[in-house]
Amino acid sequence: MIKEIALQGLWKNNPGLVQLLGLCPLLAVTTSVINGLGLGLATTLVLAGSNLCVSLIRNTVRPEIRIPVFVMIIASLVTTVELAMNAWFHDLYRVLGIFIPLIVTNCAIIGRAEAFASRNAPLPAVFDGLMMGAGFTLVLLILGGIRELLGQGTLLAGANMMFGADTDITLHLLADDSGFLLALLPPGAFIGLGLLVAAKNVIDRRLELRRQALPAIGVAAGQAG
Amino acid sequence: MATGKAQRPTVRRMTVAASLLTLFAVVGVGLVALTEDSTHERIERNEREYLLRSLNDVLPADRYDNALFEDTITVVDAELLGTTQPVTVYRARNNGIPKAVILTPVAPDGYSGAIRLLVGIDYDGTLTGVRVVAHRETPGLGDAIEAQRSDWILGFDQLNLNQPPLESWAVRRDGGQFDQFTGATVTPRAVVKAVRNSLLYFKRHRDALFANETPSAAGQSEAASPQKNQQESRPDIQAEREND
Repeated sequence: MIKEIALQGLWKNNPGLVQLLGLCPLLAVTTSVINGLGLGLATTLVLAGSNLCVSLIRNTVRPEIRIPVFVMIIASLVTTVELAMNAWFHDLYRVLGIFIPLIVTNCAIIGRAEAFASRNAPLPAVFDGLMMGAGFTLVLLILGGIRELLGQGTLLAGANMMFGADTDITLHLLADDSGFLLALLPPGAFIGLGLLVAAKNVIDRRLELRRQALPAIGVAAGQAG
Repeated sequence: MATGKAQRPTVRRMTVAASLLTLFAVVGVGLVALTEDSTHERIERNEREYLLRSLNDVLPADRYDNALFEDTITVVDAELLGTTQPVTVYRARNNGIPKAVILTPVAPDGYSGAIRLLVGIDYDGTLTGVRVVAHRETPGLGDAIEAQRSDWILGFDQLNLNQPPLESWAVRRDGGQFDQFTGATVTPRAVVKAVRNSLLYFKRHRDALFANETPSAAGQSEAASPQKNQQESRPDIQAEREND
């Protein structure tokens, strides 16, 4: 059960790569690893929290009002996280700006509340939230890493916004002026995400082929678009 | 045909649902209110620290000894300060003697909208520093006006209206002395113009800007109308009320 939940969140049903939920913040903030990490952690926190609350009240709330109640829970949690970030990670809050309150509109959250948390006990629900959040964060990190590396030639720039003013773990991997501008612009985000989705599909196809072992060689290839 | 039997449970169900909804609303609001209450002091401090940090970027903290936040006025000059909105002016003094101001003008003609600036000007009319506060210029091209991205904006330090002469306050393409960026001329052009205009504004209104002496005097809201230059582009200087 636990393994299956983890696998669903991180890979099989990844919010970013498979469900394609929460694309607006995903594409907008992934100009650097740290931005991605910040938004990913905030989203994870909200996901776990809302899953817990929804699961706790799943037998009390009547079906006809469950959606408004979920919305209310999520909105309160997001506002709480937003205030907390403003208080403790002020610089990061400034960078992420509007995308923190916009976590409310991330369909992945209400989707998990409805599809999983409202039908399961608190513990698995929280774990599901954490895993879904981790899957989302992972996509944010990878996409942020690719875009930051190509666009600015660095990795982990701005870590001081999260880990205190003295932290500077920026890796300068490419020469300064070699930035590939497209990577930082919105089209670069779409292209990057598209490549990630494609890469995941390729890996899945390979795994599938291997599992089917020898007999069905010609079948799996070249069908799905 | 709604029978009484069917209606009762419906009404009851609706009431229960409504009460539940209300209950969750109250709990949600309570949670938010609690968080707000425990964080707002910290948030306020963060905002202040952030503002002070940016102010000290354009005006070193050792140049003044007054509380910049409390010694402010707002002025309006659409032509030179780039916006019809009131613009905040921070006044720096040392032992009560006027030392410098920090203007917060807008460069209205950036490539994608307004660019908000902080411009520190010494009492003698020399720039102590310029920084961009907010902009929406193209990443990788126009955003070189940010101090984190390039040193371009630092080039304004120590300049004034005579050095370089007024006609050289333009980007090279327009015959001036400031570098434009590869692929972006509009952005630096807008910033250079805004900085020059700020200097012009300061030159014309310096005495009026420092007119009301202390923060406590500002509380009396004596509108310090400038004595000079009343014929053209008279700024509407209002003393900002401070409640301290």
